[in-house]
Amino acid sequence: MEIGGINLVILVASLMVAAVPILLAAIGELVVERAGVLNLGVEGMMIIGAIGGFITAVGTGSPFLGFLGGALAGAALSAVFALLTQVFLANQVATGLALTLFGLGVSSLAGQGYNGIKPPHTPDVPFGPLADLPVLGPILFSHDWVVYFSIAMVAAVWWVLRSTRAGLILRAVGESHDAAHALGYKVNRIRLMAILFGGAMAGMGGAYVSLVRVPQWVDGITAGAGWIALAIVVFASWKPWRALIGAYLFGGITQLQLSLQATGTAIPVEYLSMAPYLITILVLVIMSSSRGRAATGAPAALGQNFHASR
Amino acid sequence: MIRLEKRPTPSRFWLYATPIAAVLLTMVAGGLLFAAMGKNPFAVIKTIFWDPVFGEFAFYLRGQLLIKAGPLILIAIGLALGFRAGIWNIGAEGQYIIGAIVGAGVGLAFYPTENRLIFPAMILAGAFGGWLWGMIPAILKTYFNTSEILVSLMLVYVAETILAKAATGFLRNPDGAGFPGSRNFRNFEAASNPELIAGSGLHWGGVAALGVAVLAYILLTRHLLGFQIKLAGQAPRAARFHGVSPVRLVLLCMGISGALAGMAGLFEVTGPAGQITIDFNTGYGFTAIIVAFLGRLNPLGIVLAGLLMALTYVGGEMASTNLGLPAAAIQVFQGMLLFFLLAVDVLTNYRFRLGAGAPAKQGAK
Amino acid sequence: MKRRNLLASAAMGLTFAMAGGAFAAGMDHVKACFIYVGPIGDGGWTFQHHQGALAVQEAYGDKVEIQYQESVPEGADAERVLTQMALGGCNIIFSTSFGYMDPTNAVAAKFPDVKFEHATGFKRESPNVSTYNARFYEGRAVEGVIAGRMTKTNKIGYIGSFPIPEVVMGINAYYLAAKKVNPDVELSVVWAFTWFDPAKEADAAKALIDAGVDVIASHTDSTAPLAEAAKTEGKVIGFGQASDMEAYKPAPRVTSIIDNWGPYYVKRVGALLDGSYEQADAWEGIKGGEVLIGEITDAVPAEVKAEAEKLRDDIAAGTVHPFTGPIKKQDGSDWLADGATAPDGDLLGMNFYVEGISGDIPK
Repeated sequence: MEIGGINLVILVASLMVAAVPILLAAIGELVVERAGVLNLGVEGMMIIGAIGGFITAVGTGSPFLGFLGGALAGAALSAVFALLTQVFLANQVATGLALTLFGLGVSSLAGQGYNGIKPPHTPDVPFGPLADLPVLGPILFSHDWVVYFSIAMVAAVWWVLRSTRAGLILRAVGESHDAAHALGYKVNRIRLMAILFGGAMAGMGGAYVSLVRVPQWVDGITAGAGWIALAIVVFASWKPWRALIGAYLFGGITQLQLSLQATGTAIPVEYLSMAPYLITILVLVIMSSSRGRAATGAPAALGQNFHASR
Repeated sequence: MIRLEKRPTPSRFWLYATPIAAVLLTMVAGGLLFAAMGKNPFAVIKTIFWDPVFGEFAFYLRGQLLIKAGPLILIAIGLALGFRAGIWNIGAEGQYIIGAIVGAGVGLAFYPTENRLIFPAMILAGAFGGWLWGMIPAILKTYFNTSEILVSLMLVYVAETILAKAATGFLRNPDGAGFPGSRNFRNFEAASNPELIAGSGLHWGGVAALGVAVLAYILLTRHLLGFQIKLAGQAPRAARFHGVSPVRLVLLCMGISGALAGMAGLFEVTGPAGQITIDFNTGYGFTAIIVAFLGRLNPLGIVLAGLLMALTYVGGEMASTNLGLPAAAIQVFQGMLLFFLLAVDVLTNYRFRLGAGAPAKQGAK
Repeated sequence: MKRRNLLASAAMGLTFAMAGGAFAAGMDHVKACFIYVGPIGDGGWTFQHHQGALAVQEAYGDKVEIQYQESVPEGADAERVLTQMALGGCNIIFSTSFGYMDPTNAVAAKFPDVKFEHATGFKRESPNVSTYNARFYEGRAVEGVIAGRMTKTNKIGYIGSFPIPEVVMGINAYYLAAKKVNPDVELSVVWAFTWFDPAKEADAAKALIDAGVDVIASHTDSTAPLAEAAKTEGKVIGFGQASDMEAYKPAPRVTSIIDNWGPYYVKRVGALLDGSYEQADAWEGIKGGEVLIGEITDAVPAEVKAEAEKLRDDIAAGTVHPFTGPIKKQDGSDWLADGATAPDGDLLGMNFYVEGISGDIPK
């Protein structure tokens, strides 16, 4: 199935892989923001996860442990954010930015000496003959476990937020922390759990970049993926399945512009490389042009710190 | 159990002591980090903080401080106005780039005429370019309620692509044998931005930074707009009742910060950087955010914070060359500085109390 | 002009005091400094320059002291670091990136007794500035022969960094050599707009592989394209770039272009030591040892390997030039007549594709 020389099946399969880091980070940040916390430090958590996962994988020889290491590293950094915003009541925007700077620096420091090393390989999940099916084979049955995990995580988050008591409490905290506190829920504790989850997901996404996508370690390897993930959360109106679509869309456009070049299409390269960002802006505008914040689905208490004495 | 209790009024003491406490804490934590890396912590701290100002090569490095601090201060002041009003311009880097491109483009269009008016025209063009780039997220926010954080950030990537196109295409030096990069402004006197006082590092950008700091201070303390900005940030509802138009605030704040960032870009490209290249931008737009917070969103504080940040850059580089400290360690150091500042800042509005539980709820909030 | 001030005279005084006297004769001790655009651990461009620096240390032992600063951004920061190095007593400074050109010349004007060597540049505004480059296009020709012979899909690919003459030169040399041995070959070019960004390079390589390319050459410096090729389990081959990238032997890395700066650095520092140093504009290639062809592995059939090695030796001996006419430009106009070889000037300003390459160079 080819259009303009580009094989659509291969394109879809490629974009599913390309989207994994931002999807994981976005779904984590989605949970954090539903709880009312704006953590702009996603980029920092992703890159800490990238180096943490890389070091763990190279040290233990197991890529699976690498992903675990990445998640833990991301969660550890997000704990700093939680401490500053939930205990010290620091401004969330500034703290998130500081987290990014700090994460970039720490990862670069920790990564000294890890340049140019090849990490252990993460194989595709063996589906046997299913992988040879004409269209569904490459798209559904030829990926590594993290791709499936990311989709499963989207489904899990959707189900938890929608149908469980824990999800309801989380959403309540995000909509009105004062009311939740009055009802007896430990607002800061719930937010802490959400922040740690967000950090773990971002860390795993970062580990995917250094262990599978590239795969190697270099300073700044995530190259702004964390910011894209933040945009996807808004694009998704804080709904999990829409985050999936957003991540695939962005991954798809990025992959498409390179494929268009590879097949010699005449669109000037510079416009192609701007396209993912311009399209993201366009989508953001469309999504938020409904009247006011409530219509976009943003949690009402997003970005405000909670202090019990008020 | 330690808990936080809100102060009735913000503590004046802590308002001024916070940055100092943060710097001291960072020195301690940084010193531990350097020791863990096998370097002598005292030597490193001295190289970073003392040598650039009083050390062997200070006669040269002192000037470098102002070269680095100038753009940081200029951009941070613009950002601080917006931050106070709750308007988060994260894309100053993009406005910086576009300002430089537009300003440089105007200047190069006049090459090789020499005329005193060219440089002022370039400054205006740079401000206009930055203003324009800042207006995009501003208009999208006021009409469509799109997050200015995300739009301004996405536009940074777009600006970088435009910069690559400028350096390899429409602004490329025709006498440059096909290599990327514009003409060097050093060779174009009417458009260049050299040091005004030899060895001081003060170029027109530094002058502008100090001038803008004074203007911003006056704006915030004496002018109605300044009052409205502060009000909008601290009590949005009250601001609306007072008649402050949020639309006007967004447009003004994004516009001012965009223009200032654009000017900073122009000063940088005609001065220290010398030409438009694919990557002349070194992240000032993002570092300025930290400077704004370090300076407590106060113009005079920002001047000091900008100098402090420049000190960590210049001193950090010396530490890197002479003591073998990896460049990343300085980034960690800067991140720690901001962390400590944010943490210690809580003491301005809250105090720590020992004891259990909250007392009976107060009546009025 | 406006910077002649206290700074310059103080600096001159310092340099005289530190370097200790006569420069016409040799020197007993040289401090050689290096400014790098990336980290020495990048396994590519900067790594190789640093290998060169280490070679200098090894060649001269106690007579030489090496100092370096890595990851220095181009522009004002570069100027500061260069000035600091000059103030700190460096006798010769190697600035290893094109983007350091203007800062190097500016600082060189202020420190006339310090020698500056600028890689891949073309400005020598003061007598103490020399420039040096390597004829990488010669290596591209060898890669092209292997590509043309070994491609099964007749689609070969090139990951370009920026549309500058050096890269266009490489693309043309690669294509011409491949086409000579395989007239049906087609070239796909993807522009990454970076010198070093593993994630982007991996994506670019993937896009080429998805489009059917089975031999990838890259002008960008990381191992990411080879890692992508490795995922195809033998279907796609590639080349080491800037460094040998031996982790990917015997396939997909079937050979490599190695930037070998050691001999040039040793030569220049040696000239400083024995007093024979002169301003130079060096552009060496395989012959001068600056461009090394990495081991051609057994994944390459024996006769192809022999053909590639013969081309390499012919280029080294000067009997074959990768750009030998008749060659036309992409738009059909004539460029090189039958048997004519390209003058250096044409190559240094090359901004056109040769006939047979489709697509445009981004403007």
